[in-house]
Amino acid sequence: MNASIKRPDLYRFTMPIVAVMGALFGFVTGKIFDSPVLGLILGALIGAGLSVVLARFARTKRWKIIGASGLVFALTGLLAGGVGGLFGGLVTGLALSWFAHWVGSGRYRAGVPVYYSKAQVLWHSVFLFICAFVFFFLVAPLVPVIWLSFNAEQFFTFTPEMLSFKAEGYSLRHYRDFLGTEEWMVPLKNSLIIAPIATLISVTLGTLAAIGLSQSHVPGRRAIMAILISPMIVPLIISATGMFFFYAPLGNWLELNLGLNQAFVGFVKVILAHAVLGIPFVIITVTATLVGFDRSLTRAAASMGADPVTTFFRVQMPLILPGVISGALFAFITSFDEVVVVLFVGSARQQTLPWQMFTGLREQISPTILAAATILVGVSILLLTVLELLRRRSERLRGMSPG
Amino acid sequence: MKLIKTLSATAMLVATGGLAIADHHMTSDMTLVSWGGAYQASQVAAYAEPYKLMNEGVTITWDESSNEAVAKLRAMNEAGNVTWDVVDVVAADALRLCDEGLALEIDPDEDLAAAPDGTSAEEDFGDLLVGDCFIPQIVYSTTFGYRTDMVPEGVEPPNDICDVFDLEKYPGMRALEKRPINNVEWALLCDGVAKEDVYDVLGTEEGQEQALAKLDTIRDSVIWWSAGADTPQLLADGEVFMGSTYNGRLFSAIVEQKQPIGMMWDAQVFDLDGWIIPAGLSEERLARAKDFILYATDTQRLADQAKYISYGPARASSAPLVSTHAELGIEMAPHMPTDPENSKNTFLYNYEFWADYRDDIDAKFQAWLAQ
Repeated sequence: MNASIKRPDLYRFTMPIVAVMGALFGFVTGKIFDSPVLGLILGALIGAGLSVVLARFARTKRWKIIGASGLVFALTGLLAGGVGGLFGGLVTGLALSWFAHWVGSGRYRAGVPVYYSKAQVLWHSVFLFICAFVFFFLVAPLVPVIWLSFNAEQFFTFTPEMLSFKAEGYSLRHYRDFLGTEEWMVPLKNSLIIAPIATLISVTLGTLAAIGLSQSHVPGRRAIMAILISPMIVPLIISATGMFFFYAPLGNWLELNLGLNQAFVGFVKVILAHAVLGIPFVIITVTATLVGFDRSLTRAAASMGADPVTTFFRVQMPLILPGVISGALFAFITSFDEVVVVLFVGSARQQTLPWQMFTGLREQISPTILAAATILVGVSILLLTVLELLRRRSERLRGMSPG
Repeated sequence: MKLIKTLSATAMLVATGGLAIADHHMTSDMTLVSWGGAYQASQVAAYAEPYKLMNEGVTITWDESSNEAVAKLRAMNEAGNVTWDVVDVVAADALRLCDEGLALEIDPDEDLAAAPDGTSAEEDFGDLLVGDCFIPQIVYSTTFGYRTDMVPEGVEPPNDICDVFDLEKYPGMRALEKRPINNVEWALLCDGVAKEDVYDVLGTEEGQEQALAKLDTIRDSVIWWSAGADTPQLLADGEVFMGSTYNGRLFSAIVEQKQPIGMMWDAQVFDLDGWIIPAGLSEERLARAKDFILYATDTQRLADQAKYISYGPARASSAPLVSTHAELGIEMAPHMPTDPENSKNTFLYNYEFWADYRDDIDAKFQAWLAQ
């Protein structure tokens, strides 16, 4: 720790700030027990007390004190509100005493340049808290979803058994329902057929379009670009209606004249529709990477006798690959998450996972949807992690620093 | 004697052979449309699975789209691409589809099986054959469930439709369907209108105002639902004290999910649900759809469905065959909306009235909701 940080004045600085924070916590806790004002006052007193205790002993035993206050809060919580109170108390206690320590020891200045004015330091801290809150609000909604997916009942309800962490309140039945029934496995299979093929088509066409449109001699390229990107801008419901009336006669024609079977034609329609939705993402990401692409490289390749196709695959493609891959990811997710277009263009034989989740939510509100969502969240975290690791590895191999 | 036996055996063989040939004129896959949830599960178990056993190689895809069947069928028809083969809809929707020419007209005595005792299908289904396209399947009712553990102490559990409007005796939230049908009838009934006059009063401007004014008295305590699964979820959560929904959903929440919920059958509104065959199917698909309908609406099949869900079979001849729940083994008859104990005071969905007044009262209701 930086030795030059000096401890702020206890009574004029630390104590009021921690008291205000304590009052906030107390107010929220008091709300739960229907006496917010009492909670506010008690919280302020506890905050003030904590700041004094931490200031006295902070140099030697600060972690012990933080831990101890967490425990005291947790025990109080346990007495007042059972297991839920235990957790609430533990979190509140740890947070409040850590905050008292953070302010009281002057650590809040640790990451700030010494020449910052007081207002700037204040803004820096507030900014950190805003970031933390944004992060919290992004992630917090997932917690109940994952938690409820282990519910033993057929409803979206936190049962008393769940809240008091009894084993009989939890089960894996919704995961069994998800993995063991055709109702969910068929849509999953359909999604895994539709999304990769649609992605492949979008990536191929999108990359070609981006490369073509980045040539300065193409006439009307801005207009063409605008048209290709329009599926991203037009409200999805409008595109979906249009696609419905566009693909229906096309499908009828395929069925009648080529004698293809109805289910197959249905898949073709949905895949084409999803490919159209994915193309703008590929065009945008590939165009962005093409800006940094040095065109003299293609001329150099040509001067050494490589034909344009070889040049593309050996020189240009490896350099714009990051853009292509991130475009492909977006295209994949667009198709994998898409529900509106598939409801219009597809029929029951092309039920995708989002379709099943959508109708399931409307018609039966079954927690199996939560199990499906949890599995999907897990898979996407895994995918992103693997992708990021691969990216770092390739950058390390190329001698760049992982950024 | 021997000759007769041989002859009849030959006749049988020829007949089955003829059937086998007929099979080639039917498609082997079809799409059925239903409501999802416990109801669709009962149809899968009672109709689709046995049908697949009988007809090897037939695949059945389910689409949970009955809720928007009318709109989707219109769009499919316009695009000339009907992907559904048999569609489960409520009677009111069947009437609309029939009027618009989107559903096929049926001939009960030709397309539906006669009862085992020889009673014709037309007679067996009786009054439930509303409209020319509608093939009745079940009688269900919209009724109320309440949390047994939220009944105030020292007060009887609610057993009268007007308890819904009595906020003093039974405080707490209510769940009502987000449409005027049923709600306005109940409101008038509890505002001093006699049961036989309800539709006369509702036909007048003042009557409609009166019903909305009555609903206004509990408006702040109402959560409006639009899907059948909403009320069981709200009741299970304890978000509402009482709420209206389809009786089979409540049965499932009470008996299968063991939730602390009680039934209040007073002034339950009967309605019909059944199949239609969409117009515009190819010959092979139509043959398959008709074959399925013939099987799935016979006396035994309709009685079988009642093993899985507490809706009354639409055939008179099925009623005596209703037995016990397929998994729980409990007697199903007392859970049927048609049970005498439950049907002391009932309404039948008034198709004619609502066909004439639906748009008008809907608009007023939505305007009132938006106020």
